[in-house]
Amino acid sequence: MNTRRLISTTMSALTCVAAIVAVLPLLLIFGFLLVKGASAVSVDFFLHLPKPVGEPGGGVANAIVGSLIMIGLAVVVGLPIGIAGGVYLADSRDRHLPWAVRFIADVLNGVPSIVVGIFAYTLVVLPMRRFSALAGGLALGFILIPIVLRTTEEMVRLVPNALREAGLGLGIPRWRVTLRIVLPSARAGILTGVMVAVARIAGETAPLLFTALGNRFWHQGLDQPIAALPLQIYAYAISPYDDWHRQAWAGALVLITLVFLASFAARVATRGRTIAR
Amino acid sequence: MVAASVSRAATADAPPPGRVVRRMRAGLGDRLFGLGLTGAAWIIVLLAGALVAALGWEAREAIATFGWRFLTTSVWDPVQGRFGALPFIYGTLVSALLALVIAVPLSLGAAIFLAELAPAWIRSPIAFLIEMLAAVPSVVYGLWGIFVLVPWLRDWVEPPLGATLGFLPLFQGPPYGIGMLAAGVILAIMVVPYITSVSREVLLAVPRSQREAALGIGATRWETTRIAVLRYGRSGLVGAILLGLGRALGETMAVTMVIGNRPEVALSLFAPGYTMASVIANEFTEATSEIYVSALVEIGLLLLVVTIAVNGLARLLVWSVGGPARGGRE
Repeated sequence: MNTRRLISTTMSALTCVAAIVAVLPLLLIFGFLLVKGASAVSVDFFLHLPKPVGEPGGGVANAIVGSLIMIGLAVVVGLPIGIAGGVYLADSRDRHLPWAVRFIADVLNGVPSIVVGIFAYTLVVLPMRRFSALAGGLALGFILIPIVLRTTEEMVRLVPNALREAGLGLGIPRWRVTLRIVLPSARAGILTGVMVAVARIAGETAPLLFTALGNRFWHQGLDQPIAALPLQIYAYAISPYDDWHRQAWAGALVLITLVFLASFAARVATRGRTIAR
Repeated sequence: MVAASVSRAATADAPPPGRVVRRMRAGLGDRLFGLGLTGAAWIIVLLAGALVAALGWEAREAIATFGWRFLTTSVWDPVQGRFGALPFIYGTLVSALLALVIAVPLSLGAAIFLAELAPAWIRSPIAFLIEMLAAVPSVVYGLWGIFVLVPWLRDWVEPPLGATLGFLPLFQGPPYGIGMLAAGVILAIMVVPYITSVSREVLLAVPRSQREAALGIGATRWETTRIAVLRYGRSGLVGAILLGLGRALGETMAVTMVIGNRPEVALSLFAPGYTMASVIANEFTEATSEIYVSALVEIGLLLLVVTIAVNGLARLLVWSVGGPARGGRE
């Protein structure tokens, strides 16, 4: 009896240790970002273009703007498909298609983002014969779709049937019930899905390497190469210059702050409901 | 119109809630709207098909030129136009397996702690921290890897490992810091949150009665977890691990930044390596000849096929425990 209790206690303690070790890297990473990044973040950092090697100062303003432009493009491309598909999944009574779409969306969610980059490359960069913001935005949009799709489905399912029935009972056509009653009721939850997706694509680097390419200047149109914050961090991190390393840490601190703000907004939007990550 | 739908709904023989909707005749607006929604669903299916087709098409030249030899030869010589992907396949598999060896015990332990054993007040803060870890961008892991993890491994971990376990070929050679071990460790850190959160959901989906039955026959808490919860959720847990494997196989930036990027098959974990995702990341924009691009796309296609297989299997396993609505999310 005592041995069994001892084993139980030991195993419980071990799982507790595992949980602590699992969250430890977060504290380490965040600590280093704060220590190494905070000193390099200044007002200039947010307002200026990158400077050539050797000149101190310079910032990542163009990269932040570039990231925002491509996130915007991704939302424009991916949001309508994701939301419409999500509503379809929640409402459809078809036998096979919803199951297939759900499965495909989940599998797509696990496709390496660099492969999505190659896809956008063949779809946009090859025909246009140049790297462009458009290609980067499309790649990010492709990553956004499955995430928005699955959260929308879940949130639409959470809308009480009584609301739908009340609308239908008043003789409102089904499509208007969906647009005017169901979607507004699920708005907070859908917004969560969008924020989660934005948080994810904001940090994506791999699909931008050969679509957006990066740029050391302000953006020059959607058909031109464009800077992005993750690309800039990558370029600085693998460079041999100390000053650029410093800027990489600062850029990473800015990026992770943006990502966490988006995730946090997502959590607050659906407080008290099933949290969809 | 109003009267018609109301009476139709009312005359139905006490139908279950969802059915009322079904029995009304769809108007033009409804049909168009339904068509739009179905269209969106089909777009997702088509996109997935287009993804595979586009990569297959761009890789056709390499597939035709090298055939199966592409998978088994290890010469990577862009100048001569000779390409073999073996070092990348090897690097991807070894780094991902190493990551799982480190991450699986930690993740399962953490998931069991969070779902079964932890006091209620501590569960959501820890779950929250683990979710934050999943939100950290890959390039940030890479940055931390280069400047913190790699020096630490070089100075504190690899020398003692080499001194004590150096008789194994795995731990021989000079400690560079950069290399397969660093890639495995950074990947482990990155997949822990995925495996933990999916396993936790799987464990939470195990019916309460399972636990009560075990406790009722006098099992301790750990025995309950082991015989009633873990066994019941076993296929879901395997699915969670496969999801982590899928992530580890395709992870690009962080690995590229710490693995050393040398296309060689080396047995030692201290030696630099190269993965499928990293070679695409590093060389795609520099690839000048068509066959070079085609070979890189073929590596991407391989990666795609492998991750689709791993993720598909993982989904089916996770769904088998909790159903699509539950295990579907990550």
